[in-house]
Amino acid sequence: MTQVSMTVNGKAARGDVEGRTLLSTFLRDQLGLTGTHVGCDTSQCGACVVHVDGKAVKSCTIFALEAEGAEVATIEGQANADGSLNVIQQAFQDHHGLQCGFCTPGMVMSAAALLKENPKPSEAEVRDYLEGNLCRCTGYHNIVKAILAASGQDVGAIAAE
Amino acid sequence: MPKDGGIGASTKRREDVRFLTGAGNYTDDINVRGQAYVHFLRSDVAHGRINGIDTGAAEAMPGVVRIFTGADFEGVGGLPCGWLVTDRFGQPMQEPPHPVLAQGKVRHVGDPICAVVADTLEQARDAAEAIVLDIEELPAVVDMKAALAEGATKVHDDLKSNLCYDWGFVEENREAVDKAIKEAAHVTTLELVNQRLVANPMEPRVAVGEYNRGTGDHTLYTTSQNPHVIRLLMGAFVLGIPEHKLRVVAPDVGGGFGSKIFHYAEEAFCTFAAKACNRPVKWTASRSEAFLSDAQGRDHVTKIELALDKDNNFTAIRTDTLANMGAYLSTFSTSVPTWLHGVLMAGNYKTPLIYVNVRAVFTNTVPVDAYRGAGRPEATFQLERVIDKAARELGVDPIALRRQNFITEFPYATPVAVEYDTGDYVATMDKLEEVADLTGFAARRKASEAKGMLRGLGVNCYIEACGIAPSNLVGQLGARAGLYDAATVRVNATGSISVMVGAHSHGQGHETTFPQVVAEMLGIDASQVEIVHGDTSKIPFGMGTYGSRSLAVCGSAMVRATEKIINKAKKIAAHLMEASEADIELKDGAFSVAGTDKSVAWGDVTLAAYVPHNYPLEDIEPGLEETAFYDPANFTYPSGAYACEVEVDPETGKVTIESFTAVDDFGNIINPMIVDGQVHGGIAQGIGQALLEHCVYDDNGQLQSASYMDYAMPRADDVPFYAVDHSCKTPCTHNPLGVKGCGEAGAIGSPPSVVNAVIDALQSGGKNVTHIDMPLSPSRVWAAMNG
Ligand code: FES
Ligand code: FES
Repeated sequence: MTQVSMTVNGKAARGDVEGRTLLSTFLRDQLGLTGTHVGCDTSQCGACVVHVDGKAVKSCTIFALEAEGAEVATIEGQANADGSLNVIQQAFQDHHGLQCGFCTPGMVMSAAALLKENPKPSEAEVRDYLEGNLCRCTGYHNIVKAILAASGQDVGAIAAE
Repeated sequence: MPKDGGIGASTKRREDVRFLTGAGNYTDDINVRGQAYVHFLRSDVAHGRINGIDTGAAEAMPGVVRIFTGADFEGVGGLPCGWLVTDRFGQPMQEPPHPVLAQGKVRHVGDPICAVVADTLEQARDAAEAIVLDIEELPAVVDMKAALAEGATKVHDDLKSNLCYDWGFVEENREAVDKAIKEAAHVTTLELVNQRLVANPMEPRVAVGEYNRGTGDHTLYTTSQNPHVIRLLMGAFVLGIPEHKLRVVAPDVGGGFGSKIFHYAEEAFCTFAAKACNRPVKWTASRSEAFLSDAQGRDHVTKIELALDKDNNFTAIRTDTLANMGAYLSTFSTSVPTWLHGVLMAGNYKTPLIYVNVRAVFTNTVPVDAYRGAGRPEATFQLERVIDKAARELGVDPIALRRQNFITEFPYATPVAVEYDTGDYVATMDKLEEVADLTGFAARRKASEAKGMLRGLGVNCYIEACGIAPSNLVGQLGARAGLYDAATVRVNATGSISVMVGAHSHGQGHETTFPQVVAEMLGIDASQVEIVHGDTSKIPFGMGTYGSRSLAVCGSAMVRATEKIINKAKKIAAHLMEASEADIELKDGAFSVAGTDKSVAWGDVTLAAYVPHNYPLEDIEPGLEETAFYDPANFTYPSGAYACEVEVDPETGKVTIESFTAVDDFGNIINPMIVDGQVHGGIAQGIGQALLEHCVYDDNGQLQSASYMDYAMPRADDVPFYAVDHSCKTPCTHNPLGVKGCGEAGAIGSPPSVVNAVIDALQSGGKNVTHIDMPLSPSRVWAAMNG
């Protein structure tokens, strides 16, 4: 066991982990941050996306020890300070961008990373960016709409209802 | 004008807040103090005889609590099959045992052999590697035709053959159908494969078993679409635990699509082991395990013949299908290719004679069961493909051929044993032509051709049988359960309401839509109504959610219970206002006496029910809580018309979906936003089947597509924005809300239009291609073009 420490959602976090412990396992099992989901074991589904030092990372794909000293952000830290939904979260609710909710944390974290890189993405850019995030429920229609809406664009003009 | 609450409003989902903030409570988020973890050691061969299992070294590994093998389950029942199919000779299907852990033989890759329970998951996995298995590999039967051949290796040694049943429907029509086909002016024949798929809800399955020695109570937390069904099957048939000692909880569930209906070995194991180890036991499937252990879908090989008279009227349909059951009979596996498939073969058309023959086959593959649509996509696909092929052979417009043969009068009794209550197939087709702008297609094709692309248009209709199902009918057909549902409406003293429903929401949004109905009926704010589901200790009973049944069946129970509430509340109100009960009206959350200005608020009545100081105690009991069970009188029959436009790259065979339009008649709609979302998701799964997804086994029964690296799930850039329209409404005539169900339509209705569109594109490019089996991958399309 090795001690690992990092900042998670602005708070100091530490724990003892094995070399093989994944960041996703550390977040879920040791920190109790179960909003980060695990949907696969081949780094394909994106349910586990968090931000590590500001970048979207599949937390099932790095070891907890690799995040030593890092700033980690998870879905639990995304809402506004007063607890209300942030712009992206609100857009997902407004546009029905989630059904079972299992892919949702990863989708929201990926969307946040996309909009940081590219504040006004086109539909094609959103779809392309979401390559690594699988959703089995929504057919992506309303997820893409939600992200376009969160970017301040007029989705009615872009997407058929 | 969209309403802002109640029935017909696109109310935003209340459940979203917890899912969007990471506060959902999925089964894997549940940890019970002191829990141990189980890892299943699964077969890596498709077929083999177990000659020995040596767990000695493994048992000595650190952290190991206990290692279980099939021998530990000898006194325990096997996993039951919930539907007895009788074959066309009147004989029951062959029904082999399905042990919790393999006994004697392994029958598919992934068949669980040992279960290692340890303090940590890592220790369980490490110990599993130290188990020594002596398994004699046997030849595997993978191909269904080969499995039925004389002298084929048997999956189950004790059965006569690998044939589960040979089902004919309607058997009495067999000769008449043969004759009609012989005498037809034209017969179109199509042989096709409806390939095996994996449901792939994004949440893998999880089970946590818990046992209290002090009380003898068992609890199972599980990823299920129907916790009461699991309690019934596992309690009564597998472990022998009476219902009052067994609680099954299915909390937030991350999608199901059918694959979480069934009772699985891992659930029974965790429940059993929690008692045997006197410790909670948790299992979380990895995705790789899910590919090897979740029941898979479809896998039919079919020949369909459509007979037409000289005026192009359909005169007969004959189908011959091999349906893969896999190695064991999963819970509802046997009903899928029969009663959920054969009864749909009339589609939207008046074909007087139909005969459906299905032979279900055991193979050394993962069991197959219901996946979104379950039998109905298979029926729709073959019918809508053969109609398109017939139109091409006859040189007529495929839409005109459909229109000519539409059923136009309702109720309509099909030759395959069901009666459609309502529908308007002309209206949905008219709407489709308008929304999809079919008149503009020629110009769009020209534009594509100018870019060097082939453009195709594919259209199809569908009908489904939902709102599953009338219990007396399904009982006659072999179901071993009733298919009603139940709801309890509990009005609290201050007027807020908890509704305990048997339906289970795993993405469908019941927590939002069900309160819309109750709120509308009572005239109160929907925020005062809360839905409780997914816990057998909290809800009266329920058969769960599948077959697009939640609102049509459980919603109807909820309406009935709410009506009882209203009746009782009116009695209380009449007493409070010293009026006659017959004069009491309920409007906008207040009771008034007709023709007067007397009124009492909802909250006054509910308070009186719990503080009955001024109350008709001699006539009615205090309290305000009612339960209703609802058994549907018939199936519901949603229908629709879909159109897909594709571009095919003639150089590479790559297919791009340019547009997809869905026009559905779901009858009345509670929340249009949610209904649209259900259709979107279904379409993506249908496009996935048509173009991408394929569960492939090699000749040795090894699963080749066992991860997301190899199983092509549709991704955001594989699909377009969809156009969906639900303005055609013919309400269901036999349930109180007039609803039909919308959960499966997209997946049922979309594959044929995609394939029809690709064939159309290739034909437009002068290629004489009449069929390509799904998935229409670039290599398959290219091979068809250049073959
Ligand atoms: S769990 Fe990380 S990509 Fe699937
Ligand atoms: S909402 Fe269920 S997987 Fe995306």
